[in-house]
Amino acid sequence: MPPITGTDAPVSRSLPVVDDLGREDGAGGGAGWSCPVPLRDHDRIVLGHGGGGLLSSELIEHLFLPAFGDAARWATPTDAHVLDLGHDTRIAFSTDTYVVRPLFFPGGDIGELAVNGTVNDLAMRGARPVALSTGFVLEEGLEMEVLGRVATSMGRAARRAGAQLVTGDTKVVEQGHGDGLYVNTAGIGLVPEGVDIQPDRARPGDAVIVSGPIGLHGIAVLSVREGLEFGTDLCSDTVALHGLVATMLAACPDLHVLRDPTRGGLAASLCEIADTAGVGIELEERSIPVPDEVRAACGFLGLDAMDLANEGKLVAIVPHGSVDDVLAAMGATDEGRAATVIGRVTEEHPRLVVARTGLGATRVVDRPLGEQLPRIC
Amino acid sequence: MKYLDEFQDPALARTLLEQIDAVVTRPWAVMEVCGGQTHSIIRHGIDQLLSEQVELIHGPGCPVCVTPLEMVDRALAIAARPGVVFCSFGDMLRVPGSGQDLFSVKARGGDVRVVYSPLDALDVAVDNPDKEVVFFGVGFETTAPANAMAVHQARQRGIANFSMLVSHVLVPPALEAIMTAPSSRVDGFLAAGHVCTVMGTWQYEPLAERFRVPIVVTGFEPLDVLDGIRRCVLQLEGGLGEVENAYPRAVRPEGNRPAQVMLAEVFEVCDRQWRGIGTIPNSGWRLAPDYGDFDAERRFDVVELAVCEPERCRAGEVLQGLIKPDACECFGNDCTPRSPLGAPMVSNEGACAAYYRYRRPGEPVTARRG
Repeated sequence: MPPITGTDAPVSRSLPVVDDLGREDGAGGGAGWSCPVPLRDHDRIVLGHGGGGLLSSELIEHLFLPAFGDAARWATPTDAHVLDLGHDTRIAFSTDTYVVRPLFFPGGDIGELAVNGTVNDLAMRGARPVALSTGFVLEEGLEMEVLGRVATSMGRAARRAGAQLVTGDTKVVEQGHGDGLYVNTAGIGLVPEGVDIQPDRARPGDAVIVSGPIGLHGIAVLSVREGLEFGTDLCSDTVALHGLVATMLAACPDLHVLRDPTRGGLAASLCEIADTAGVGIELEERSIPVPDEVRAACGFLGLDAMDLANEGKLVAIVPHGSVDDVLAAMGATDEGRAATVIGRVTEEHPRLVVARTGLGATRVVDRPLGEQLPRIC
Repeated sequence: MKYLDEFQDPALARTLLEQIDAVVTRPWAVMEVCGGQTHSIIRHGIDQLLSEQVELIHGPGCPVCVTPLEMVDRALAIAARPGVVFCSFGDMLRVPGSGQDLFSVKARGGDVRVVYSPLDALDVAVDNPDKEVVFFGVGFETTAPANAMAVHQARQRGIANFSMLVSHVLVPPALEAIMTAPSSRVDGFLAAGHVCTVMGTWQYEPLAERFRVPIVVTGFEPLDVLDGIRRCVLQLEGGLGEVENAYPRAVRPEGNRPAQVMLAEVFEVCDRQWRGIGTIPNSGWRLAPDYGDFDAERRFDVVELAVCEPERCRAGEVLQGLIKPDACECFGNDCTPRSPLGAPMVSNEGACAAYYRYRRPGEPVTARRG
C-alpha cells in the first residue's frame, strides 16, 4: 500500500518554525512548552476562544499550530481533512466537541447535534460519512435517563446518516466539573472520485448560495438557555447535510467550496473563504434569508443574524455556469428547498466580504470576535 | 415583517433622501445622540447616501463608552472577590478597565454572569442567599427604570444580599455641555428615541430655546433616522430651533410617568464623570439616601482606586463629536475590537466599533447612491 499523503497546509507556511520543545528558531532558553507567539491581551483562555470567531482562529494560528510544529504540517483551515490513501481512495477525517447548554432544546439535543455536526463537517468536503467515534465526558450525578435519551438520539441520527458508531470512550468527572455531559465525535467519510471541494477554490465570478434561512439554531438555543420569550416557538435547524451535498454534486461535480456556517455564522464562514482563497465576496443583504422571528430576536438583543450559529445549513461557492442546475437540484430536497443566491465572488477587494445594504449603500461584513454579547438597550 | 421591513423600505428611503436634497442649501452638522442610531447609520450606510451638505456627527450616547474608568475598575475589583456573583449586561464584559476586563476576571475564577434584566439579578440573589449578588447598573435614562425597580423590589422583598453598582448618566446635561463647549460645531440634534420614551420630550424644550437648536426625537430604523435628519434640516433651513417628535409611535411628550416616579423615588441627581469627556454637573443618577444600603460602592468599600487610561486613546474626542473614529491614529491598528484601547471600540453602540465593523481604512467600499 502506498504511503498515506496529505496536502501541505497553506496556513502553516507563514508560521514560525518551532523545534521539538516548542521554541522558536534561535529563541533558545527554557525547557518545555512556552507560548511561541504570545496571544496578545489574554494570558488565560476566555469564553470567546471557543466562539468560532477571530479569537478561535488566533488560538489555532498562534498557539496550536506553532506548538504542534511539523506534526501539523497537513492541517488545513477546513472542517475536515482529506487524506489520499492511494488506489483512488480518499477519506475525509474530522472531529468536533459539543458543550451545548441546555442538553435538550427545541428541535434537537446534544446527541443529535454531535452526530449531525461531524457528518456535516465531512460532507463539506463532499464526503459520504462512513464511521464515527463517540467520546463522552459525564458529570457525576447525571441521570441515566438523560444519558439514555442522548444516546438513543445519537443512534437515530447515525442511522439516518448511514454511518456506523464504531468506537467510543467514557469518562466521568466530579460533580460541579461539567454541564451534565459533553460529547466528542470524530468521523471518517469517503470522498467520491473527482470531487475537490476546499475553501481556496473560490474564484471570481462564482455564485454564493445559502441552502436556507439562517440563525434558527442560534436563537433557539439562546432563547431556552436564557429563558427569553419571543412569542414564538423557534426550533434548531439541526440536520445532516450529506444527502443534500450528494444531490448538489450530482448536478455539479465541480462544486468549488462548501461550508456549514455553525459557530460564527454565515459571516465567519464567508470571511474565512475570502481570506483563504484571496478573493472578495459581495453579498446582496436583502437576498439573505432571515426568518422573521430571528430578525425580531436580533433586533431585540442587538445581534446580527449573520453571526448566529446554524446546524443544518450550508453555504456553497458554485461556478457561475452551474448555478441554475445546482439551485434546481437543491430545491428538490428537504434540506435545500429554500436555497438561494446571496452574492458573488469578485476579484475586487480581496479578502474582504462586503454587503450591499437594503438602502443601496455598502458595508463590510466582518467575522465576529468571539461570544456574541447582547447590548444594553 | 411588520414594524421592521416598513422602516427599511428602499423606495421610501429614496423619497426621504430626495426631500433632503431638495431643501438643503448649505452645509449642516447634525449630531445623532444615541449609539444605537450611530450603529444604524453606519450599518445601513445612511451617511454614504446623504447629501454631502449634511454631515452626521456621532454623539456620546453609548452607555458602555461613557461609563467612567474608575467605575469599571470598581466593578472589576468587586467581581474578583470571593463570595460575589457579579451580574452585568453582556456588552460591559469586554470593556477594558485599567488592567483587564470582566471576561478576564471570569477566566480567573470570578463569578461573572450575563443577565438580560436587573430583575434577573434579583432572582440570582434569591437563589444564592450565601452569596453577595451585585448588578452593574449602567446606562442612560432608558435602562434606569428597570434598575430602579430592581433596587425598589430588593428593599420591599428584603433581599439583603443584593446591591447595585450605579453609574447612570443623563442626556440633557450632556447636550448642554456639548452646546456650551467652544469647539462645538453641532447645528442640530437627533435626540435618542428610547430615552425620550421614558423621559418625554419636555426636558429638551429649554435647551432648544436657549441654544436655538433643532432637537428632533428620532427612532433607530433606517427610515426613522432619515426622517429625523429630514426634519432637522427643514428646521435649520427655516431658521427654526424647536423640539420635534419624529418617533411618535414610541414617544409621548410627557414620557412614561410611572417610570419617572420610580426613578425619583430610588435615584438622586449627582455630578457624573463621563469616560473620555470629564465631569458634567448634574449629569448622573446615584442611589438616593433611603436606598444607600443597596449601594455596592459602600458595601464593598471600593471608592478610591487609582486608574490608568491609555494616553493615546481619543475616545473623548470621538464621544464629543470632535473627530470621526477613523481619524484616530490608533484606529484599526493598535485599537481593534479584539484589543480595544477605549470603550467605543467595544460596545455594539460604540462609534469606533461601528466604523471598524462596517468600514475599513482604505477599503474600496464607497458611496453608491440610489
